[in-house]
Amino acid sequence: MAIFLDENSTIIVQGMTGSEGTKHTRRMLASGARVVGGVNARKAGTSVEIEARSLPVFSTVTEAMSETGANVTVGFVPPAFTKDSVIEAVDAGIPLAVVITEGIPVHDTAAFWSYAQGKSTRIIGPNCPGLISPGKSNAGIIPADITKAGRIGLVSKSGTLTYQMMYELRDFGFSTCVGIGGDPIIGTTHIDCLAAFQDDPETDAIVMIGEIGGDAEERAAAFVKDNMTKPVVGYVAGFTAPEGKTMGHAGAIVSGSSGTAQAKKEALEAAGVKVGKTPSETARLMRDIIGG
Amino acid sequence: MDLFEYQAKQLFAKHGVPVSLGEVATSPEEALAIAERIGGVTVVKAQVKTGGRGKAGGVKVAKSPDEARAHAEQILGMDIKGHRVHRVLVDPGADIKDEYYVSYLLDRTNRRFLAMASYEGGMEIEQLAAERPDALARVPVDPLTGVDEQAARGIANAARFPDELVGPVADVLTKLWAVFTEADATLVEVNPLARVGDGSVVALDGKVTLDDNANFRHPENAEFVDVASTDPLEQKAKEKHLNYVKLDGEVGIIGNGAGLVMSTLDVVAYAGEKHGGVKPANFLDIGGGASAEVMANGLDIVLNDPSVRSVFVNVFGGITACDAVANGIVGALQMLGDEASKPLVVRLDGNNVVEGRRILTNAAHPLVTLVDTMDEAADRAAELAASGPK
Repeated sequence: MAIFLDENSTIIVQGMTGSEGTKHTRRMLASGARVVGGVNARKAGTSVEIEARSLPVFSTVTEAMSETGANVTVGFVPPAFTKDSVIEAVDAGIPLAVVITEGIPVHDTAAFWSYAQGKSTRIIGPNCPGLISPGKSNAGIIPADITKAGRIGLVSKSGTLTYQMMYELRDFGFSTCVGIGGDPIIGTTHIDCLAAFQDDPETDAIVMIGEIGGDAEERAAAFVKDNMTKPVVGYVAGFTAPEGKTMGHAGAIVSGSSGTAQAKKEALEAAGVKVGKTPSETARLMRDIIGG
Repeated sequence: MDLFEYQAKQLFAKHGVPVSLGEVATSPEEALAIAERIGGVTVVKAQVKTGGRGKAGGVKVAKSPDEARAHAEQILGMDIKGHRVHRVLVDPGADIKDEYYVSYLLDRTNRRFLAMASYEGGMEIEQLAAERPDALARVPVDPLTGVDEQAARGIANAARFPDELVGPVADVLTKLWAVFTEADATLVEVNPLARVGDGSVVALDGKVTLDDNANFRHPENAEFVDVASTDPLEQKAKEKHLNYVKLDGEVGIIGNGAGLVMSTLDVVAYAGEKHGGVKPANFLDIGGGASAEVMANGLDIVLNDPSVRSVFVNVFGGITACDAVANGIVGALQMLGDEASKPLVVRLDGNNVVEGRRILTNAAHPLVTLVDTMDEAADRAAELAASGPK
């Protein structure tokens, strides 16, 4: 099972011919993911040779889907063209679009998010590392060799904290790890992932990682309280971040009293989520739940 | 990036929004000359990127050019909530009959935009929202359809503007929507929007926040960068394309990935509680590629911060390999030579960690301590900062 991504996932890469796209296509293939081609209108008809494999480049997502049966697209398209590339993926009706690209204007994200409403494409990202279901598939840039398949679900705003937490709990393994991204507007949210993990028979417990900015963690807390029976452990980064300074991610900013890590921690704890002060303490809390 | 009021109103004027806009002065003499050109009553307004200027004494009405000069003398150099006043805007005085509020902003929670408007302006909007929520209309705006004349009239009606004002306010709202979208803003706010003596509606103040991610399609934004108010180390980091934020502690932080670096700041602050209250000195995310050059640039910036007493390099090798990071640290210390004089605590994990640790162990640099876990490394870095030379 896992969530959103499994052994049947068939992946195309938008922007495969660019340097980042080629590099990460190679890594996805090496980790066993079924990557079957790429999309670039200007290079349609050519192919990219990666480790003795020849991956065809298609002119559109629609063509790539009909030729290969792809059901996942991973996007490395530069920020100026990302909006059009996501809209193209939505128009093609691909079930899952993972947008890795960082630095997309929020007006563009707002536009493609609005465009996708009522249509059949789930968007993950932008500005995210993608997702991995260890042993099954890997769509994005999460390193596949940190851990193995297991029964913990992970959802995180941050890429490197995703890796850190996978590493801390590597002996248990994960069903699926989803990096949802740290931009002000993202497609798939903490709540979407929590709901999917709750319904996933292969997931026993969930780690959710948040950071300062917005109110996604507070809303996730309300969702946990009302809808989750599986245990959830939380971590929030940015307790010491000062007001008004953006901490790396475009969305990571405390404005006035809103978006503080303390408020998020309190909301999560009030919902019965155990919250660690550090990544290692968070991992220990999870060990206590599933190990003992 | 936030704009100054005068920049916001210049942007409004470009899009045909009626504004009250004079000129900017950096000295009392300039303020005098501008007030003489305008004639009559003027308003001298501190240009700082923070609210509450009026309460702080940063906005003053002048009945004569001499008075404008005196006000400018008083306001220039003032400190308003940590913002030094380097310039004042000298605006023509307005015969204000009524004050209103309008804005567009990013609505993160609902993943769209939001128009807000009130017929009852003249107070801080946070106060209005808290005390009189009914008086503040909140109208969702779909990014794909935007705000046309009809939608703008809908917003004005929702805010209960009287019939004779719906037209002029809707006109302002339509033009402000053009500002919001064409400039890639995340906030456009007018408080107050005022009805003045001749019955017209004018933006007396303006607040604009631009989306830095959109700078690639707005070369004109370069002129908005306020070098005078930017921390010199932040400015230097920006030139090197490093993601750096200056903080007020003693432990320099270098890491990869925004979330991990934020987390590192927290872990160091907790550790600091046991070591005389030392705190993180900065946020620095070197991103995915930790080449010797990137690491040298990062170390150069952190070591040049006089308040830094120790440095914590915290890297989880995901895509980045730890051996590359280790080579980066060794190479950077060589490049920096005697400039590197403060102790470094390094924690490496992940991709190629064994080789990375071997490289640092073999280099045996006297300033470098290699520690296995993030928590232990934070503790060691805090301890070194607390005990090291000040």
